[in-house]
Amino acid sequence: MTMQTTGYNFAYLDEQTKRMIRRAILKAIAIPGYQVPFASREMPMPYGWGTGGVQVTAAILGHSDVLKVIDQGSDDTTNAVSIRKFFGKVAGVATTTKTAEATIIQTRHRIPEAPLREDQTLVYQVPIPEPLRFLEPRETETRTMHALAEYGLMHVKLYEDIARHGHIATTYAYPVEVAGRYVTDPSPTPKFDNPKMDMCAALQLFGAGREKRIYAIPPYTPVRSLDFEDHPFAVQQFAEPCALCAARGVYLDEVILDDRGKRMFVCSDTDHCEERRAAGHHGAMLDTAPQAIAGTR
Amino acid sequence: MTTMVRLEGVSKSFTLHLRGGVVIDAVHDLSLTAKAGECVALGGPSGAGKSSALKMIYGNYRIDGGSVRIRHDGSEVEMAGADPRVIMAIRARTLGYVSQFLRVIPRVPAIDIVAEAAADRGGDREAARDEAARLLTLLNIPERLWALPPATFSGGEQQRVNVARGFAARRPVLLLDEPTASLDAANKQVVVDLITEKKQAGVAIIGIFHDAEIRSAVADDVVEIAAVSQKEAA
Amino acid sequence: MTDEPLLRARGLTKHYGERIGCADVSFDLYEGEVLAIVGESGSGKSTLLGLLANELPATAGEVLYRMRDGIVRDIASLSEPERRLLARTDWGYVRQDSREGLRMRVSAGANVGERLMALGERRYAGIRETALTWLDRVEIARNRIDDRPTDFSGGMRQRLQIARNLVTNPRLVFMDEPTSGLDVSVQARLLDLVRGLVADLGLAIVIVTHDLAVARLLSHRIVVMRRGRVVETGLTDQVLDDPRDAYSQLLVSSVLAA
Repeated sequence: MTMQTTGYNFAYLDEQTKRMIRRAILKAIAIPGYQVPFASREMPMPYGWGTGGVQVTAAILGHSDVLKVIDQGSDDTTNAVSIRKFFGKVAGVATTTKTAEATIIQTRHRIPEAPLREDQTLVYQVPIPEPLRFLEPRETETRTMHALAEYGLMHVKLYEDIARHGHIATTYAYPVEVAGRYVTDPSPTPKFDNPKMDMCAALQLFGAGREKRIYAIPPYTPVRSLDFEDHPFAVQQFAEPCALCAARGVYLDEVILDDRGKRMFVCSDTDHCEERRAAGHHGAMLDTAPQAIAGTR
Repeated sequence: MTTMVRLEGVSKSFTLHLRGGVVIDAVHDLSLTAKAGECVALGGPSGAGKSSALKMIYGNYRIDGGSVRIRHDGSEVEMAGADPRVIMAIRARTLGYVSQFLRVIPRVPAIDIVAEAAADRGGDREAARDEAARLLTLLNIPERLWALPPATFSGGEQQRVNVARGFAARRPVLLLDEPTASLDAANKQVVVDLITEKKQAGVAIIGIFHDAEIRSAVADDVVEIAAVSQKEAA
Repeated sequence: MTDEPLLRARGLTKHYGERIGCADVSFDLYEGEVLAIVGESGSGKSTLLGLLANELPATAGEVLYRMRDGIVRDIASLSEPERRLLARTDWGYVRQDSREGLRMRVSAGANVGERLMALGERRYAGIRETALTWLDRVEIARNRIDDRPTDFSGGMRQRLQIARNLVTNPRLVFMDEPTSGLDVSVQARLLDLVRGLVADLGLAIVIVTHDLAVARLLSHRIVVMRRGRVVETGLTDQVLDDPRDAYSQLLVSSVLAA
């Protein structure tokens, strides 16, 4: 280990810090959905760039792990690239863009389309871990509310949505109830991904650096999205399939092609899209889309 | 006839702490009884304590000495030192009181004020409204005013609404404090008729009637209250 | 009227270090009864309300409350979940400052519906229907249901607070100077509304006020406090028309036509 660590301990954090974070993670796994406070460290990146997720990843990373980092479903955005490079440098681990090859996937805003496995861990970057914060600014009060499972306030938020928009308009960070107990913020993933959290085979870990909280959803844990009986939870539906790989039932990003209203919808999960194209799936605009969007054909 | 109200040796004084503890004797050693269907008038000069006596019977003033007993729900209940809840229950079912002034309840229409009083022992709301309409008509309150809150009425109109409310309530004991003050001759006669009606219905009435004609028209008995002299505190 | 009091205060005392907040206060409160606590600022009436509502721990004494199941409990012995459940089901609390009693960032409908949702109501249509019924009862136009309290006048906010509290049919409501800062005509409307609700619902109310006219109009019984102690208590009209204590006389004589 000492061979490749010149100036940095393996995975940047010192061993004492990693032990502290692992203890927080173990506690979080033991109490699914409960926010465990931890002594968040300064990281060589600004808050909002995934300092919480990075610390969790650093604490669980081993030499044999293969790391994938996605941001908004893409492996190629600045944030994803820099975190991947960071761990390549300070831990020397293998990195990948392929979901199937990864053992640890750090993510911001998406859950991969491909079903995750028991030997994988999904690490979420979380800006605001407290789902009750929207209506209750006092931390002492939100803690009591969690302790007593007083979650009426979450429904107040959903009620407001319906009153204002006629339906539950919350599309990101849609609150979930974990293992029938703690109401939890799934981080700013689209609610489209909420069903993937339910009974997921992979361990899901959440790190909030600025707010100094870690929470977890252990494998095969029931995760239920909150709703009303007469306004049940529903995910977004897309009218068209992916313009590149023809996938349906996946989360699509809108891409503006010019200033005359020309646009296309493509897979948000770039790896999923590429895998499908490699397998011979062919979307309506695959041949005409600009290189920057379609990538190498 | 059943004795409904029994006063024995009742006295009342006020200690005015803001005026160096001056003690004013308001009522001294007053005894009287009022039977069902009987009207007892309190007589005596102004300042003799007639109003204070009525207020003690109603429980509005506390009784310093003696006893005030009221037949309530079939037994005599002592008002002196009674628990507030007992007094509230007696007022709710047994004791009615018509003061000289209407304490207006904001926003409530005149007809509702009277109908509420007529209905407050339960029963038919429609019948209560009919009774309220009858009383307001008798007391010459124009129908166009019924739906308005009395706060905007003239003094005489307010007093007539007050009388209507007092007589609407069906209580076995009715206390009247100058019910005809500021009323014209026609309306005074209406009040006399209403009192007679109540007596015939077996109500015991104790009242203060400044007007000698009215007093002789309704009173079966007059209890004179002598003025008590003011005394300085020691 | 039942013969068992709904609430009994026994020797309630609160010290703030050397200073006495309130001392040795005892009374019984029955269903359907409105009790006014009057006194000047600093007389201890707000401290007393805090003790009764279980928001302050007492230095000595106890508050006994007959729960919905008929069992009388010392409120200090309630567990935290029991205390909070009681406070949002069988009790209400109308605050002087509506910003403390309402959620200013959510609509009127959500303010009224919050207690229902906290109790597990999960039908949007049902919550909304109940909220509309309560807006009617407190005379707020139905079409304001989706507006926030920030857009409401002071009187409307207080009426909204009342609706928000009464939606679970509490038996006891605490009110802390609910009419202060309102115009006289707005006050009258609010008081009239509360009177009607008390008569219809058989509520017990403990209302703290420095305004004797409010006490006169609403309350059956009155407690006059001075320097943390009860100086006089009795039927409201008795205490206001025949005050015995020197301080009560001063208080009554300082007001015009209470």
